[in-house]
Amino acid sequence: MYSLGSESLIKQAREIQETELQKFYSRLVKLLQLKELGHETVDSLQRLHLILSANKYARTLPSDLQQRLLLLLSSPSEQLQVLSSALLRETPPSSGEELNNIQENVSQLNTHAAALLVSQARSRTDLNNLCAQLVHGLEGRPSDRPTRSLMFTLPVLNSILRLSRESLTEEHVTILNKKFVDWLRYASILQGGGASLGGFFTGPRSRQPLPTAELDGSVSGDFFTVLCVGQGFTEDQWMNVYSFSMLRHWLLTYHSVSSGNSTMDAANRLQLSLSLSHSFSNDDQSEVDGSVVSMVSATSSSSRLLPPKERLREKAFQYCQRLIEQCDRKAQKKSDTELQKACMVEAVCILDCVCVEDPSMVFRTFPSIKALFSRLSSDLSYARVLLPIAQFYLNHGEMAAVDCECVWKLVFAHFPAELFNDPFLAHELLRFLRQNLDGLRLRAPEFIRFLPNLLKFLAWDSSAVVDDFVDLLPSLVTEGTAVEILHTLLDLPCLSATLVLQLRSVSLPISESSSRGLLPLDAFRNPAFRGLFLFLLRVETGSGHTIDRLSTLHDLLAEAADWPRVVRCAQVVPVLLHIYFNTVVTVGQEKLLAHLILVMLERSGLLLAIPTYSREIHRVFSCHLLRLCKLRPSLVVDQSHELLEFAGTTANVYSKEEVYTHVVWVLGEYLSAASDSRCSVALITSCFETLEAVLFEITSSAPPPGTVCPAPKVITTLMSALAKLASRSHDLIPRVSLFFSKLRTAARNGSVAWCADEDDLVAIVTRGEELWFLLKAPGVAQSVLTPPPHVLTPRWHRDTNLAMPLQLRVLTRLTHSQ
Amino acid sequence: MVRCFLIHTVCPVGALSAGESRVLYSRLFGPDEVVLSKQQREFTPEERRLLQKEKVSVVARRVRSAVSLSREASGRQLVDAVPGDEALVLLDADSGVVRLRAGDPFSEEMSVLWLGVQSLGFTLACEPHDNLLLAEDILRNLTRHCLDNLHMLGQGSEVLLKSSRIDVLLSRLLPHGQLLFLNHRFAQSLEKEVASSMAK
Repeated sequence: MYSLGSESLIKQAREIQETELQKFYSRLVKLLQLKELGHETVDSLQRLHLILSANKYARTLPSDLQQRLLLLLSSPSEQLQVLSSALLRETPPSSGEELNNIQENVSQLNTHAAALLVSQARSRTDLNNLCAQLVHGLEGRPSDRPTRSLMFTLPVLNSILRLSRESLTEEHVTILNKKFVDWLRYASILQGGGASLGGFFTGPRSRQPLPTAELDGSVSGDFFTVLCVGQGFTEDQWMNVYSFSMLRHWLLTYHSVSSGNSTMDAANRLQLSLSLSHSFSNDDQSEVDGSVVSMVSATSSSSRLLPPKERLREKAFQYCQRLIEQCDRKAQKKSDTELQKACMVEAVCILDCVCVEDPSMVFRTFPSIKALFSRLSSDLSYARVLLPIAQFYLNHGEMAAVDCECVWKLVFAHFPAELFNDPFLAHELLRFLRQNLDGLRLRAPEFIRFLPNLLKFLAWDSSAVVDDFVDLLPSLVTEGTAVEILHTLLDLPCLSATLVLQLRSVSLPISESSSRGLLPLDAFRNPAFRGLFLFLLRVETGSGHTIDRLSTLHDLLAEAADWPRVVRCAQVVPVLLHIYFNTVVTVGQEKLLAHLILVMLERSGLLLAIPTYSREIHRVFSCHLLRLCKLRPSLVVDQSHELLEFAGTTANVYSKEEVYTHVVWVLGEYLSAASDSRCSVALITSCFETLEAVLFEITSSAPPPGTVCPAPKVITTLMSALAKLASRSHDLIPRVSLFFSKLRTAARNGSVAWCADEDDLVAIVTRGEELWFLLKAPGVAQSVLTPPPHVLTPRWHRDTNLAMPLQLRVLTRLTHSQ
Repeated sequence: MVRCFLIHTVCPVGALSAGESRVLYSRLFGPDEVVLSKQQREFTPEERRLLQKEKVSVVARRVRSAVSLSREASGRQLVDAVPGDEALVLLDADSGVVRLRAGDPFSEEMSVLWLGVQSLGFTLACEPHDNLLLAEDILRNLTRHCLDNLHMLGQGSEVLLKSSRIDVLLSRLLPHGQLLFLNHRFAQSLEKEVASSMAK
């Protein structure tokens, strides 16, 4: 598709020489001076566009060429309009005057010229002027202007209002409110255009215009909407489409609760809407042909009493109700079925806006929303339509005293479990969560229970939704869920593999079990292991933090370690773990944090075997173990038993080096009476002994086969830890000295089996000697090795000893003139 | 409202580094948000244009990476297509949505819908309150028209040399970035207009 030809064209366009370009400009000017602008001119203009747009840096056109192009904006040929608009958008404007000239003749303004004006607007004033003129143009009588010429007006206005709601004055807003009411509710219900296809001799009266039809072919019985069809369309029907297309944004911009002051106060509004609904229920439907006339428009007459803003709201309400009814019809074309879905979403969103602005309308709206929900809730293909409905329930369910339990169950339990692989649903559902966290916590706090289900989106398409989870995770971590979340995050790659297997097992026939690469699939289908996978696929929290046979699961999924989805998932887990730990320290009490340390120790050896995954997780664990212990030093004494068990297992030095190093470090640093008064001499001694044993073991022989020599950092950390412990219990000092002298002797021979690099060995021995010398003065050793906190935190001017010199220095500088 | 529509490469391009994307067509809608922001600094028109181009490149790069990750994860192989296969290629196309945070690069959060057709990506950047279901349909429709009218499955460079056709298409189906609720009759009427305009 993308050919070398295109690439070279772009290259040529970028590298065109200035002289050649000037020649091209002058040739183009000559071509544009001709009366008839033919293919050659069009091609040249197109080439000029390529040259201008291929570069990041703008080129300025010669002014005579620019003048010619401006003239083309009002050319009768659309192609020339398009090209000149595109070209002028690519170059900086020479001055604003020409643009102002165009703007003055609004009746000649076409959509392409308007696009140019909008994109080159330099300030809000430019946009305000344009808006004023466009609204003015809309006010004229339909017969005064040719059909369809101002149809682009609404889109242009909308594009400006997106960024500059102040560009319309109150008066303009009122005019547009009235226009919208006309177009939305009172557009012609007869087909336009085609109905006048009578023969040359047939008078207009002999051909009756046909009414518009619904999408299923039946005749329309009520006012015109976007879901009505005809052979041709009248102008106001077109404006109906354009108005509805921007209605939601219009309501959000100018009708939101905080903006403007309504002329009616709340009591009046309530009274009026109650009277409307009263008249609605009193309508004797037997008098009307119920199958054709929609029930909605029966109340339209009473709303003429309302001011324009409220009237538009009422009409918007009626329009959306009608759309929802129309969506129940079976469309004849597939594209229309898709449109119906989009219309349902839009209708519900607009009704939500309307009800937010005027809560008294909730009672009138809820019945149809409820009906829509029950109609669609069993069909997963309408999942994306059900999300706005859920939003409606969230916003107004409490007011209407409606039970929303079934809605949350559908959205949080069903959708992620069944539709985790729909990227659009994932995006919209997670956005719904993000935008409504506060509301959900208030009105549906149980949504947190469904966290394992929500994580399925992350496990499936990590790179697409990780951003959403970065935002969501802090709110989902609570005291109750913290431990389970940690386990679930660590096993996210397993979940990822399981989801892949789940989809594969549905699509592949059972007989294909012996083919290559499907060992995990066999396991997935095997009843003996069903429980493991079902646990991963669980929908709610509360059924345990993790499973006993985790290592079995990891073995079964070993083959999945190189599947792209699993690899991507493994890459996002460390990021989320950082966020997790940052959050948990703020919500967790001591007991929880202690438990987390245990989980870290346990899980550091229990991870799915993806290359670099273990290393990354160990890095995260080490970092946060350190932070946790720094924050709550008493945790070390509290969990000393488990920490010592971990530190005493020599195998951990080789398989979990980084975590091991940090465990040893925290033991050395915080196992003291200063951190926790429960720390006894016996505890310090037993810790010392444990570490000493390991140190002796790793420095007396070569590492076991299959592992590398421990990094110098491990050994020096062990040595420092021993020294720190000894400085607290001086009886241990002789034992330390013994070790260091042995070390020096062993190193004097040159190389040792447990250290590959000579320089490293020298560094280790040097460190050992430093510690040994330090321990010769036991009193000093303690303060040097474990300085008290106030020494470590610089207090600068707050420290009276340090402050004086600083103050004197400042005063001296100020008082001396040099 | 849609902020921009892009056609860009999602395959490796020789002259560019691995993650970069060549933008073949870009159209931004609406006033430049820089003009209306409360920033102190005034930008010259050249600087504004440069900023816009940079924003477009950022979007193209993000989509490029999303497309390649998605294709890698699904493990599907790309089958070479020839002119005539347009409908098939469109059915087979990868699709997805990328979330752009506020400020990166647009001032508010955007949902960027993309369609990966062989070596090219078709992208729509939508604002928060846009109807994404509708946007998805419109994107597919636009892509189909581009593939057909610009013979994009061939080796030609019409996407570069006949960009005015895309402009005309956008002016009807996505005027000034407005997503339109068009049933098949309205759509037919507009498509006829586009066809007759392109024929001239």
